[in-house]
Amino acid sequence: MKNSILMIFIALIFLNSSCAQKSDNEVNTPEKNPFTAELIIDELQIPWGFTFLPDGSMLITEKSGELIHYKDGNKNTVGNSPAIYARGQGGLLDIVLHPDYKNNGWIYISYASEEGGDKGGNTAIIRAKFDGNGLTNKELLYKGEPNTTGGNHFGSRIAFDDKGYLFFSIGDRGERDVNPQDITRDGGKIYRLNADGSIPSDNPFVNTNGAKTAIYSYGHRNPQGLAMNPETGEIWNNEHGPQGGDEINIIQKGKNYGWPVITYGINYSGTPITDKTEMEGMEQPLHYWVPSIAPSGMAFVTSDKYPEWKGNLLIGSLKFQYLERLELKGNKVVYREKVMPDLGRVRDVRQGPDGFIYVAVEGKGIYKLAPKN
Amino acid sequence: MKFLFLAYFLTVALLSTFLFQDQDKELKESIDRGRDIYTDFCIACHMANGEGVEKTFPPLAQSDYLLKKREESIRGIKYGQQGEIVVNGVTYNNTMAPMGLYDEEIADVMNYILNSWGNKSNKIVTPEEVSAIIKK
Repeated sequence: MKNSILMIFIALIFLNSSCAQKSDNEVNTPEKNPFTAELIIDELQIPWGFTFLPDGSMLITEKSGELIHYKDGNKNTVGNSPAIYARGQGGLLDIVLHPDYKNNGWIYISYASEEGGDKGGNTAIIRAKFDGNGLTNKELLYKGEPNTTGGNHFGSRIAFDDKGYLFFSIGDRGERDVNPQDITRDGGKIYRLNADGSIPSDNPFVNTNGAKTAIYSYGHRNPQGLAMNPETGEIWNNEHGPQGGDEINIIQKGKNYGWPVITYGINYSGTPITDKTEMEGMEQPLHYWVPSIAPSGMAFVTSDKYPEWKGNLLIGSLKFQYLERLELKGNKVVYREKVMPDLGRVRDVRQGPDGFIYVAVEGKGIYKLAPKN
Repeated sequence: MKFLFLAYFLTVALLSTFLFQDQDKELKESIDRGRDIYTDFCIACHMANGEGVEKTFPPLAQSDYLLKKREESIRGIKYGQQGEIVVNGVTYNNTMAPMGLYDEEIADVMNYILNSWGNKSNKIVTPEEVSAIIKK
């Protein structure tokens, strides 16, 4: 008898621990949501990014090239927006304000650009000011090279850290065997610049012969989520893997994130890319998704509007059409949940200056998550 | 006279064989180019075997929409697709951005998807056909 009780006890412990290991790769669907999703801006096609101006109005990028100023319920097209290379995944992409926008007025925008000699396009970052009608003072801060007619993996996300550095991503442009592991080439990288576009003197490869000195980390595939963890000041990314193997990474100076030498994913055709998921000198993701969710924009919840979500990470799923909420314990994902299941292809998520969460959904518009009282 | 008839039929038979072969070759080359376009622009959503993603991206393999609505399909690739469409009895409501492809590339990728994964279409899509399709 004693023995069998002991056996049951051991079995229970074993069950518990095996569940605990698996839990970070299972997504839960709650029965009730503690909020209602209010559609505040409708009739958007592919709202890639959006940001809030101090007067409460918003700037929204449509991938097709239109920059929208949304104010008092009206949408106006912002003039003098950048000329885009509209091909495949390329277009008008992210938009972010400088942390001190109130005083300096700088807006940062990423897009696919034909600038330069070669045929095709690559990702560009500009900054500009907005006079209420159009963009002024446009400055090109960075342009990925070379242009190609490939339609894939422009990256695009922009984020500032708490020291005022500007980070942005360029994907591997569909040339995984050429770009991501080569620091003399653009593509498959996270970059760091000063806010004026100059290269910080302590960037990791400033003294490496031939290197693109704006590079901060490499070995990425297609990072389309980038945000500062407000607790640590670190930049986190999420990136599209191949089939399986989407990742969350903490971006560290000079580090190699392994693509395509190591990955948890496989080719779309089902054939392997590599048999390695880890290797010395290459970083492991903080989290990876199999199957892929196709992660888009990401945001940390810091406001008091959703007390139970504080410190959580929100990430859009383009593939399964929901917003994913991830609870973290230090640098571990301990719980995943579908917020807004079946809502549509979530392209971006941001916490507004009012503390509310806003979610951009393709073919629909921008939703505000209003907590239920 | 008999000889003339024979010669005539032989010529016609030979000519048509060559012509058909020519067309077959043209289609085959277009399909090959279309495969590369598909891998670059389409595969991430419509997947390697054209199976799509349940509820999100409609299938292309054995798709009644693709096989019966040739013009709408070309228009969707050329100008983008938004709103509800019904594919094999399932309603999809999403946005596909225009891919920025040239008419030649659209013809190639159409020929690829029309002749892959069990799909079959005898009539080749030409750049001229694509070029004639206007936005609705």
